[in-house]
Amino acid sequence: MLDVHIEKQLAHFNLTVSLAARNEIIALFGPSGSGKTTILNAISGLAKPDYGHINLKGRRLFHGGKSMSVHERKIGYLFQDYALFPHMTVWKNISYGMKSERFAKDLMKELDIEHLAAQYPRNISGGEKQRVALARALATEPDLLLLDEPFSALDENTRVRAHDELRRIHQLWHIPVILVTHQHEEAEKLADVIYYLEQGQVIRTKKKEPPSVYS
Amino acid sequence: MDYAPLWLSLKTALIATIIVFLAGTFFGRLLARRQFPGKSAVEAIFLLPLVLPPTVVGFALLYIFGKNGFIGRLLIDWFDFQIVFSWYGVLIAAIVVSFPLMYQSAAAAFQQYDPNLERAAKTMGASRWRVFRTISFPLAWPGLLSGIVLTFARALGEFGATLMVAGFIKGVTDTIPLAIYFAVESGNMETAKTWVFLIVGLGFTAILWLNWWSRKKMQKHIQP
Repeated sequence: MLDVHIEKQLAHFNLTVSLAARNEIIALFGPSGSGKTTILNAISGLAKPDYGHINLKGRRLFHGGKSMSVHERKIGYLFQDYALFPHMTVWKNISYGMKSERFAKDLMKELDIEHLAAQYPRNISGGEKQRVALARALATEPDLLLLDEPFSALDENTRVRAHDELRRIHQLWHIPVILVTHQHEEAEKLADVIYYLEQGQVIRTKKKEPPSVYS
Repeated sequence: MDYAPLWLSLKTALIATIIVFLAGTFFGRLLARRQFPGKSAVEAIFLLPLVLPPTVVGFALLYIFGKNGFIGRLLIDWFDFQIVFSWYGVLIAAIVVSFPLMYQSAAAAFQQYDPNLERAAKTMGASRWRVFRTISFPLAWPGLLSGIVLTFARALGEFGATLMVAGFIKGVTDTIPLAIYFAVESGNMETAKTWVFLIVGLGFTAILWLNWWSRKKMQKHIQP
């Protein structure tokens, strides 16, 4: 499904990471500045590795220095600050890259944001923003979902709800998910596999036991 | 009274503004978030006409587009087309002196929103052009608009470079600022006064409208 090996020289260290995933949730866990977001950027095409390969569902996203452009990669990316388009309503945000209107509407129902369709991002709460951003990323029907600290801006209750939601969505979806987090508890709770990162290297991996039924 | 200078000024300012808007927006977006060696030098060249005396800009334009300038020579040889002392000279002078204002406004406008918005659009399958059309441009629009107004005002008011490149030819290159100068020089104070009032009114209205509009727009654009 997903097969990644990337090397990239960063300011303070050399990032070298290999990871592979089927339809599971992978957590990249590590302190800030350990290269987590750079990995997501490389996989999504927003940053270019110096060397390596990235394959997803039989497609070569990056190989031998050749890079597929970002908009062709079919990767959903949920940014830490959600990056909702401030000048568009919730529905315009979600429909921006959607494949099918029906599916986008089902997603909104699933995430309980139907009633927000006509609102602008500035008028909705943090938890709602997070769900809109998730719906927007999934509406493109991606082959892979990247989540960059998606829960860090949420309060405790909202976060717990968002965790459950991600689990549920993932069961329905069956695509690989890479979750960047610096909260160990979150990684333990959500991920099937945890990659521990430090200074651009994977120092340890940990598989969830027993393996979840849908991985 | 002959209103030819008014139409000539408006026509020149309008066409110059369209050209400068396109060029300024293009280069503003291109350079806004890019770092490369020599960027400061490129930006300095873009902004130079803003700090140089208009006569220096006029001199440089004469040097390039004059009968013996390297582009001027070619245009005459190939197309029998002369830029200096024609309306095209007026237009080029207006473009060159107003470009820095548009470029500066555009570069600032494209820097003031979160770059992740463009990235997010890309990951959703939007082509570069679509990202620009639907994300970058609308978010930068308030800044671009103030650039447009400044550009128009600067183009409308251009005097020094115009005089050097295009001279004062009645019905061909006599824009309002030139008409004022030559009216005063020939003691025709009434005519000069009319033009002065007219151009002050135009400038005043433009700034009032811009302030009103940007205040309105800013409220809509503020992100929580």
